[in-house]
Amino acid sequence: MPPHDIPRDLFHNEPAPRTAGVDRPLRVGVGGPVGSGKTTLVGSLCRLLRDETSMVVVTNDIFTSEDANALREAGVLPIERIEAVETGCCPHTAIRDDIAANLDAVERLEQRHDPVELTLVESGGDNLTAIFSRGLVDVQIFVIDTAGGDDVPRKGGPGVALADLLVINKVDLAPYVGSDVESMLSDAADRRGGRPVVPTSLVDAAGATPIAEWLRRELVRWTHRP
Amino acid sequence: MNPDLLLLADGRFPAGGHSWSAGVEAAVGVGDVVDTATLERYLAGRLATTGIVDAAFAVAACAAVARSRAVSGDDLVETLGRLDDEYDARVPSPHLRATSRRLGRHLLRAARPIWPGPALDAAAARADGGHQSIVLGAVVANADARPTDAAALAMHHLAAAVTTAAVRLLGLDPIELAAVASRAVRAAGPDASTVSAWAQLAAHDLPAMGGSLSEILGEHHRHLDARLFVA
Repeated sequence: MPPHDIPRDLFHNEPAPRTAGVDRPLRVGVGGPVGSGKTTLVGSLCRLLRDETSMVVVTNDIFTSEDANALREAGVLPIERIEAVETGCCPHTAIRDDIAANLDAVERLEQRHDPVELTLVESGGDNLTAIFSRGLVDVQIFVIDTAGGDDVPRKGGPGVALADLLVINKVDLAPYVGSDVESMLSDAADRRGGRPVVPTSLVDAAGATPIAEWLRRELVRWTHRP
Repeated sequence: MNPDLLLLADGRFPAGGHSWSAGVEAAVGVGDVVDTATLERYLAGRLATTGIVDAAFAVAACAAVARSRAVSGDDLVETLGRLDDEYDARVPSPHLRATSRRLGRHLLRAARPIWPGPALDAAAARADGGHQSIVLGAVVANADARPTDAAALAMHHLAAAVTTAAVRLLGLDPIELAAVASRAVRAAGPDASTVSAWAQLAAHDLPAMGGSLSEILGEHHRHLDARLFVA
């Protein structure tokens, strides 16, 4: 069996059962290749949700003082609600094989800003084989883009096939890079067994509205999980 | 061989080790490490200084846990607390102290489900968690292994962090660096009699041979832009 043909029932895409006596925020992973728009999506989601939801963000993006300044100036979230985690040159290891550093950052942010309702974990840019461990996040979003090539959904991989939400970003660029959005959407649908796919253009924050809507529903599901 | 030790020695054990370069990122940044020869020199320097300190504290913690089992009324929290204070005093860089506690928390998180017990609770008693080498000693004791194993693991962890970071940052040959790690750890020791001596020493008499360059590079690293490793 080729490695990308992962059985659909490998993961049950249901929130993890609530541990008795333990309550915590919904943890959401945002993964995807370099340059597909993960950071922009996280920024837009903060703008759209921060007034209704207590949020914190852990980023595995290679963090520079310029990034910190940009976030501070953009004011997407108070800077003390954002923490950068170094991944030792291996972004996939930090979200999948050895989640210790990320889990530590997540728990400390959640404690410091208690009560938190939503924690976003942004992976560093990686390849198509990356996926978040269920030990780190409850649901995950995988972000690809039209400029990265319209054959990406066909190639599949765990992120494309199994993420709870697949975002196909930069649809506004498709005509300029010779990508066929319709075929990307239909290839993705073939790979995903009915899991949702959203085409977006994140040029402004409003472009992330369908993803914010999806997150609001996930938050309700998380709050009312058995 | 105690099979639990294989878990602790395995780079795939999920205790956050992959994000620690043991100063190599900063050393590469300032041009101290550029190739296999300079990396081997760097590793020898670290093993002889911070490596010996970490090994000694791991040994002391392991021995303290073993003693606390034999003697009723022994206050392990207090004993490990004294080790913690003494370790703090040996690491002048605030960033490296914080990193050591962070790695200690990571190790505790991964070790607790496997080797639970009061020793690990005692090692976690400080607000930000115990130092990595002290937690390692307590974990080794909980895994029913000996102080010599704690020393060997501490030296192995340092050599693995240094060589792995150099492979990732400089693209050095991993086969060559595996041989470098083996040579350097054999040369740096410690031998069995040294380990037995550490196991008996009071906390304040344990080795204090950190290198000032490690500390300066540690502080330098904290301010680096676009850093890839925690320290």
